[in-house]
Amino acid sequence: MADHLITAPELPGTKSTGNPVIRLENVFKTYDLGEIQVQALRGVSLEISEGEFVAVMGPSGSGKSTIMNILGCLDRPTKGRYFLDGVDVSGMTKTDLARIRNRKLGFVFQQFNLLSRTSALENVELPTVYAGISPEERTKRAMEALTRVGLADRAGHHPSQLSGGQQQRVAIARGLVNRPSILLADEPTGNLDSRTSVEIMDILQTLNNEQGLTIVLVTHEPDIAQYAKRNLLFRDGKLKRDSLVQERFVAQDVLKSLPTVEQQAAEDAEEETQRLAKADASA
Amino acid sequence: MNTFRLALRALSRNKMRSALTMLGIIIGVGAVIAVVSIGQGAQYIVQQGIQAMGTNAVFISAGSNRAGGVRQGYGGVKTLTVDDLNAILKEIPLIKEASPALTSRQQVVYGNQNWNTQITGITPNYFEIRTWPVQAGSAFSDEEVDIAANVCVLGTTVEKILFVDENPIGKTIRIGNLPFRVDGILESKGQNVTGQDQDDVIFAPYTTVQRKISGITWLQFIAASAVSQEASVAAVAPITSLLRERHRIRNGDDDDFLIRTQADIADLQNQTQSTMTYLLGGIASVSLLVGGIGIMNIMLVSVTERTREIGVRMAVGATEDDVRRQFLVEAVTLSMMGGFIGIIFGLVGSALISNLLSWPTLISGKAIVAAVIFSAAVGIFFGYYPAHKAAQLDPIEALRYE
Repeated sequence: MADHLITAPELPGTKSTGNPVIRLENVFKTYDLGEIQVQALRGVSLEISEGEFVAVMGPSGSGKSTIMNILGCLDRPTKGRYFLDGVDVSGMTKTDLARIRNRKLGFVFQQFNLLSRTSALENVELPTVYAGISPEERTKRAMEALTRVGLADRAGHHPSQLSGGQQQRVAIARGLVNRPSILLADEPTGNLDSRTSVEIMDILQTLNNEQGLTIVLVTHEPDIAQYAKRNLLFRDGKLKRDSLVQERFVAQDVLKSLPTVEQQAAEDAEEETQRLAKADASA
Repeated sequence: MNTFRLALRALSRNKMRSALTMLGIIIGVGAVIAVVSIGQGAQYIVQQGIQAMGTNAVFISAGSNRAGGVRQGYGGVKTLTVDDLNAILKEIPLIKEASPALTSRQQVVYGNQNWNTQITGITPNYFEIRTWPVQAGSAFSDEEVDIAANVCVLGTTVEKILFVDENPIGKTIRIGNLPFRVDGILESKGQNVTGQDQDDVIFAPYTTVQRKISGITWLQFIAASAVSQEASVAAVAPITSLLRERHRIRNGDDDDFLIRTQADIADLQNQTQSTMTYLLGGIASVSLLVGGIGIMNIMLVSVTERTREIGVRMAVGATEDDVRRQFLVEAVTLSMMGGFIGIIFGLVGSALISNLLSWPTLISGKAIVAAVIFSAAVGIFFGYYPAHKAAQLDPIEALRYE
């Protein structure tokens, strides 16, 4: 992790100790809802190494959302342990977890979750606000991140002035701005059309290939899961299947085969003409 | 001041709402500033009025507030005499002039007009001591005092009631049942500081009043003037010891008289006005409270609306403290901005009103400082609960919030 910029003082005991970036040891999560107890995770153990690209799948209630919350340090396991970069974070306080999220994790959400009436640059800067660095450094990092997703020229735009795909790219830039170990994406293409979805997967694959960024992605679409390298299938709170993706999709290639916007428009026009012709003929 | 700028950015995302929220504080602070400034202007005017009455004056009235366990109000005590007055003039050089005084309420008749008013017995130097000139005719003379002549000087209210349009000089009126010749009419003084009509009065030689009207030999008060304003204050102690000696008052007993200098009266008036002003200011402050409640409500709504945003902030690393601080600073920023605008409005408002009334525009530095502190306090106090709510949000739930 040569390009890991460490400017905030390290939390005690956070030195990386080897390759598994994520390690879950027999993790249980139980929600206490008064009379009912919901067991969302029942003894999950897994390891994810640096540079992996993992898709987490499963029906609702399978525990995939819960796993993401725990991986994202937004929730703590009821039992079992979670080692992030070699450090046991299962028992940390809320404040320490917040600091970990700030420095080691990047989040991308299905609904983008950008601040409205705020420029793309300021949106990307958001995590740096809590990192305790100077305003100049913040802007610099944010611009770097925006450049990596190819939106440096849209830095001043507000979300309302950006397309869905562009907004998600800004969100990805935000996730990258503090140079985290891991990017956690929750249904990142859920609100995007087919072509834009592939464009986003292209960015993720590029980040994973070229910068070795570890990516964990939750999705219910098998098509999207095919862009990852490894697939974790959850069911009833357990990890049912852990497999490598066969015949992986490469976004670059898929994009080439998809019609462009102009081509799509031409095809639609052609379809319309044919339909009208048929209607005339049968009249 | 990073947080301050961030707060401004957040507030400017919804300018209309921020402006409306500040309105309560603006009105509250503006009202307080305006009330206090106008009150101080009024005070100044009254002070000027009191000054105009003659700042060297010293008033000695018979009977203090407590005498021998029994409350002896004004005039109930019989120990103040003309001899006391002469002794004061002789032995206390700080005192320049003195006039005896006693009063009696009598029915007064002229033609078919009659009126019940106060007859005050004096020597003519009283008018100088009180800077109360005669506007028509003349005052009676010292010789007329010596012979207890039946002459008098009228205040303008009495003149208007008895004589309407007639010229009163030289005419004879009946006081009690005795005929009195009207020698002069006084200038109008208007209401005194306690709201009484000072022109509803008739002055006559004190000798006449003592012997022919009220039948008493003592005085109710002595009006004196000192050589200077400082002298008037300095004379209080020597007059006190002189009178205590003359009245044979033992050590430890209360005085059977009360000495008031113009300065005392001015002070008292000042205090009363001050209290009034601050009372009004206090009432106006209630609107500040209302403004604070407004801030709290709007902040609560804001927190609810920004639940998702708070979730995202927490996800990217904001701690509970960060979130709480952010909303607290937003609330304080709102309240203090409202405070500053309110101060400006208050000053402008009071300047306008003072101008209208031809009063001086007095800016109370204390009120401004208090307003600033108050606005900040309101922001912190009423912003705390919403900030706390925001900080206590669970990030997972917040991110899911619709």
